[in-house]
Amino acid sequence: MGMFDPLKGFGVTFGTMFKKVVTEEYPEAGAPAAPRYHGRHQLNRHPDGLEKCVGCELCAWACPADAIFVEGGNNTEDARYSPGERYGADYQINYLRCIGCGLCIEACPTRSLTMINFYELADDNREDLIYTKEQLLAPLLPGMEQPPHPMRLGETEQDYYVNGPELAVAAPDVQARSEAK
Amino acid sequence: MTRAEVLADDPIWLILIKVVVLFAFGVVMTLFMIWLERRVVARMQHRPGPNRVGPFGLLQSLADGLKLAFKEDIMPAKADKVVYFIAPVISTIPAFVAFSVMPFGGRVSIFGEQTYLQLVDLPVGVLVVLACSSLGVYGIVLAGWSSGSPYPLLGALRSAAQVISYEIAMGLSIVGVIITAHSLSTGDIVNAQANFELWGLKVNSFFIPLLPSFLIYVTSMVGETNRAPFDLPEAESELVGGFHTEYSSLKFALFFLAEYVNMVTVSAFSTMLFLGGGLFPFVGQDSVLNNGWLQFVWFIAKTFVLLFLFIWLRGTLPRYRYDQFMRLGWKVLVPVNLSWIVALVAVRQLRSAGWPLGPTLFFGAIAVLGLIALSFALPDREVPDDEYVPVTGGGYPIPPLDLEVPTETPKRRRQTRGSRSRRRAAVTAGQSASASQSQEGSNDGNV
Repeated sequence: MGMFDPLKGFGVTFGTMFKKVVTEEYPEAGAPAAPRYHGRHQLNRHPDGLEKCVGCELCAWACPADAIFVEGGNNTEDARYSPGERYGADYQINYLRCIGCGLCIEACPTRSLTMINFYELADDNREDLIYTKEQLLAPLLPGMEQPPHPMRLGETEQDYYVNGPELAVAAPDVQARSEAK
Repeated sequence: MTRAEVLADDPIWLILIKVVVLFAFGVVMTLFMIWLERRVVARMQHRPGPNRVGPFGLLQSLADGLKLAFKEDIMPAKADKVVYFIAPVISTIPAFVAFSVMPFGGRVSIFGEQTYLQLVDLPVGVLVVLACSSLGVYGIVLAGWSSGSPYPLLGALRSAAQVISYEIAMGLSIVGVIITAHSLSTGDIVNAQANFELWGLKVNSFFIPLLPSFLIYVTSMVGETNRAPFDLPEAESELVGGFHTEYSSLKFALFFLAEYVNMVTVSAFSTMLFLGGGLFPFVGQDSVLNNGWLQFVWFIAKTFVLLFLFIWLRGTLPRYRYDQFMRLGWKVLVPVNLSWIVALVAVRQLRSAGWPLGPTLFFGAIAVLGLIALSFALPDREVPDDEYVPVTGGGYPIPPLDLEVPTETPKRRRQTRGSRSRRRAAVTAGQSASASQSQEGSNDGNV
């Protein structure tokens, strides 16, 4: 306890004036979120553009809020959406129900379903908050091809799953190669 | 020609220009002060403050003012219509009138007309400012009373009590300046501060030699304007809203305007009394820095230092309790002020009688210290403790140790009066039964 203690507060407030403000200028300065924030879902793709989702419905079963609807379908030689037998023919997530717990991510056996840190999920009607497969699918990156198409990478299935990413890097333009075939 | 004569010689168009400029100055300063206060307090709290309307949010107060103007003007059913309507005006006009005697700057030439940057220089200019701030209290009291509702009435009472109490301290702190400057005219007080030397340095201000007066003035001006930490009448986190609870729309805006104009007025007044008005320190009155227009700049700069102090106080200090506030005003500021005036007068009188300043101050200080030492020697006043109630650690009164707790409440006694004798009989019967039992037991033992 010193003689000038009553005056210390003035120093604190004056010093604070010259410190950085903690306010986030939200709409202007972007949407800050932690890197591993549980935001919107995304259905990932293999490097050649085929969907990773195999329509197993484990995510729907894991969901405690019953927000996910999955309907599997059979891949055929003419219309192949994912490697293997089955693919997610219909996939919907209701964001009015989703609690962002991430249990669906843990349940996914193919690492198809992940979460990105986009959180601006707001709308004025219920229909638009039920995201469909087209909205959830990851965008096609350069070198990817819109399914349905055959598996492009590797000679065997083993090769496709294990060496797919390296093969895609070695021959980036899969689409050009398939057209050459 | 003296300042007053030059000003009295002003043509009518110049007076009109000055009046309009003063009014605009008051309004613009209000808008700017609201913005500045919100920004500065925000920065003191790690926030950016208003920053949406205009560059740096500068137009925020203007937008708020427009919003206020378009709000519904509510007239309470129980209100005294005329007084209710007039009270905000009574509160606002004196705030602006006080500007008229402020010496904003030195001698300038406007369109070839020699004049001072001041509307009028009255021989009692200081009293005009004091009178204006007293008249503002009428606005507060009438607003509270005419609203026809208890909350504004109580708020008005608190406001009025506060303003009147602190006006005494304020008036007394001005006495020191008047004694030193030998004048009540605002222009003369500033002139008296020009060439005021202290230890060979031209300080051009009174606040160092009159430091006690200055400190008391600054404290009382915060109380006078109902500002934090003395904002008890309209403590927004505790009360409904003080005297202007029932007011809305432009009438409320007028009270807001009056409060901020009053802040500017008391700050400008303090600049004029203690900080040398528009004079730049350390240079003579005829220096380039003390050119008439530049004096205006220094005056505004000094006023803003004091206005910043208002904001700083608000951002730092918690609100006083009412009794603490009144104790500070009546038991500290007023007595200290009175003794300071007596000391000041004594020193001046002795100096004019030919006593040298140094030894006078030295022996005066010794005498004061002796008096203080004597006051410590006096025994403390006995505090009677007839009403003494033992309290627990928590500060709550506890019942005395020899308290007799009745076994039956009066109500219950009335209810059970009929069956009482029977119950008592039953109890005695039980007692006798147990007594006989024990007797039997003892008998058994004996057998």
